[in-house]
Amino acid sequence: MMFEYAPAPESRAIVDIRSSYGLFIDGKFVDGENLDKTVNPATEEVLAEVTWAGTQDVDRAVRAARKAYDKVWGPMPGRDRAKYLYRIARLVQERSRELAVLESLDNGKPIRESRDVDLPLVAAHFFYYAGWADKLPYAGFGADPQPLGVAAQVIPWNFPLLMLAWKVAPALAAGNTVVLKPAETTPLTALLFAEICQQADLPAGVVNIVTGAGDTGRALVEHPGVDKVAFTGSTGVGKAIARSVAGTRKKVTLELGGKAANIVYDDAPIDQAVEGIVNGIFFNQGHVCCAGSRLLVQENVAEQVLDALKRRMALLRVGDPLDKNTDVGAINSAAQLARIRELSDAGAAEGAQRWSPPCELPERGFWFAPTIFTGVTQAHRVAREEIFGPVLSVLTFRTPAEAVEKANNTPYGLSAGIWTDKGSRILWTADRLRAGVVWANTFNKFDPTSPFGGYKESGYGREGGRHGLEGYLNV
Amino acid sequence: MSERVAVRKTYKLFIGGKFPRSESGRSYLVQDSNVSLASRKDARDAVVAARAAVKGWAGATAYNRGQILYRVAEMLEGRRDQFVGLGIPADEVDTAIDRWVWYAGWADKLPQVYGGANPVAGPYFNLSTPEPTGVVAVVAPESPALLGLVSVVAPAIVTGSTVVVAASPSAPLAAVTLAEVLATSDLPGGVVNLLTGRITETVPTLAAHLDVNAIDLAGVVDTDLAADLEGRAAENLKRVLRPLPADHDWAGDPGLARMTALLETKTVWHPKGV
Repeated sequence: MMFEYAPAPESRAIVDIRSSYGLFIDGKFVDGENLDKTVNPATEEVLAEVTWAGTQDVDRAVRAARKAYDKVWGPMPGRDRAKYLYRIARLVQERSRELAVLESLDNGKPIRESRDVDLPLVAAHFFYYAGWADKLPYAGFGADPQPLGVAAQVIPWNFPLLMLAWKVAPALAAGNTVVLKPAETTPLTALLFAEICQQADLPAGVVNIVTGAGDTGRALVEHPGVDKVAFTGSTGVGKAIARSVAGTRKKVTLELGGKAANIVYDDAPIDQAVEGIVNGIFFNQGHVCCAGSRLLVQENVAEQVLDALKRRMALLRVGDPLDKNTDVGAINSAAQLARIRELSDAGAAEGAQRWSPPCELPERGFWFAPTIFTGVTQAHRVAREEIFGPVLSVLTFRTPAEAVEKANNTPYGLSAGIWTDKGSRILWTADRLRAGVVWANTFNKFDPTSPFGGYKESGYGREGGRHGLEGYLNV
Repeated sequence: MSERVAVRKTYKLFIGGKFPRSESGRSYLVQDSNVSLASRKDARDAVVAARAAVKGWAGATAYNRGQILYRVAEMLEGRRDQFVGLGIPADEVDTAIDRWVWYAGWADKLPQVYGGANPVAGPYFNLSTPEPTGVVAVVAPESPALLGLVSVVAPAIVTGSTVVVAASPSAPLAAVTLAEVLATSDLPGGVVNLLTGRITETVPTLAAHLDVNAIDLAGVVDTDLAADLEGRAAENLKRVLRPLPADHDWAGDPGLARMTALLETKTVWHPKGV
């Protein structure tokens, strides 16, 4: 049964959203010409107008970053860079409720997740890399590793501020300056972060933020004054970036799509596994590159697992992202909702069985009920393509070798899950999975000390940990 | 008494542990020897052989891989004079032998240096381990013919990847002779596959091949060709090592970069509890 809860909305009064935002270049907000709106995906209410940076704006930002690199940040001792990063970490902690509410407003994710997952990880990430800034000679990249220069960073809309932290913290710690482009549907927390940089007295030009869509991103990535490109997003755009930097000196790291297998063996603790499956695919509305979007369940327990999964799914609360009881929030944009619908329709048309719990969705905004497909084959589009939504494809297997074979049967290789009580089977399976992160008897865990990134077409380079420095050093 | 008539050597490709001629039936003349002029089909066959060898080689113990690389050094030492006879300077041969020894020792040490436990903020076991990227296409430097080749092949295979290497077009005899060394060093067939002939013919096929995981452009001198190959490699997001400057000192300390560029880091999480 579904418990009745009174609404428990988080107040949005803590956030002061301006009606219009410029670009953050050389330490100041500067007005641009092209404005576009960013909306709350849960209500379709316009939150603010945001500037879409053109080629000249991008050029100004890159030049500001270059100047700051040459004059201030490059020559600055690591211990001082560290202190700025520690300041930023503290300011994020102090303003975390404000940032969490803003993130949920602009992105549609439940406040429970932005408050308990995104923001603590953002602060932790800055805190972690702050400590590296004065210890680079001990990081294992030689006695005197050098920064690259100006980093162009393009991030997605699924974890807007967290992805900013993953990009900005290691870049600055290593001594680079950055020009960052947040996603066009979720620019607001990056712009609030710009205010935090001002509050921290971070020298002008060290962090520049240019908002806009794909054209802005392309102008940034292709700018000849950029030494490093870091991108998180779709594999399609990742390939285009890899092509565009061919023959240049630019160092590239790419964190791209995924179609992770979540393998449930017959000896797995079923209730824990079901929690893991739910967390794997419905966390953040499934807008997660490492989401466990392919459930591979051993045939002899498939019925039992699916029954428990359906019971659990019926208890998921879908709705107001700012309600503290909400489990699944809004789909980030109309475009993404259309993509999820298109792929789900393809799943049904190709013969898979679709199921969603009874679930009342709000009338306004972008919503998609948690959905599973059973009877899925490896040829189905829902088993091959990244849906990036709350849609799980269920396949079965008989032997561990078959599980591994199916798990690896994808051009992606970002993450995977294993559920079993047998230790040797975990290690045997983990050894054979071609994926950068393997969660055994858990899923979707992140930590600043833990390297994250993909094999194969999920990209290259690692973010997090000592490994995360490598992409920002001349090694 | 007549002078003994020498037995001459036929220089062929090295694919899957065997020495086939080019399927195209073509050859070209180098130092009075006919050398196979590999075709695009030969390049694809070599990728098939390299892929087939990945499971066994990547799955071998690091100790075993280290022993085999050391065995290569032993075999090369025994054939020292043969390489000198091909015109390779004696000190280059010595450095090439020593390089195998150096890389051999890394097999069971690099995972400790490059991976490790991560102190995550929670009750979890969390371990990062480097793994081989898979099949690596390599363009060997034009020169030094032997040391350059060894310096790009050894770092790729020591960690468990397999390679298809395009030998220096102007100095393929040392490369094929090195393949004979590899063939007698307990190195499983397919771990190293060698193509001789034109870079412009075989390497674009390797760069675009969807079953190749990485490409090392060390020996590509033409910057336009390098950019073209890097662009082709984007199709399946191959890991790309860009060309080295022409004055690169191959005799110097190789460092870790050529090994680590061909590694994937896998991080495994598990909860702790009772």
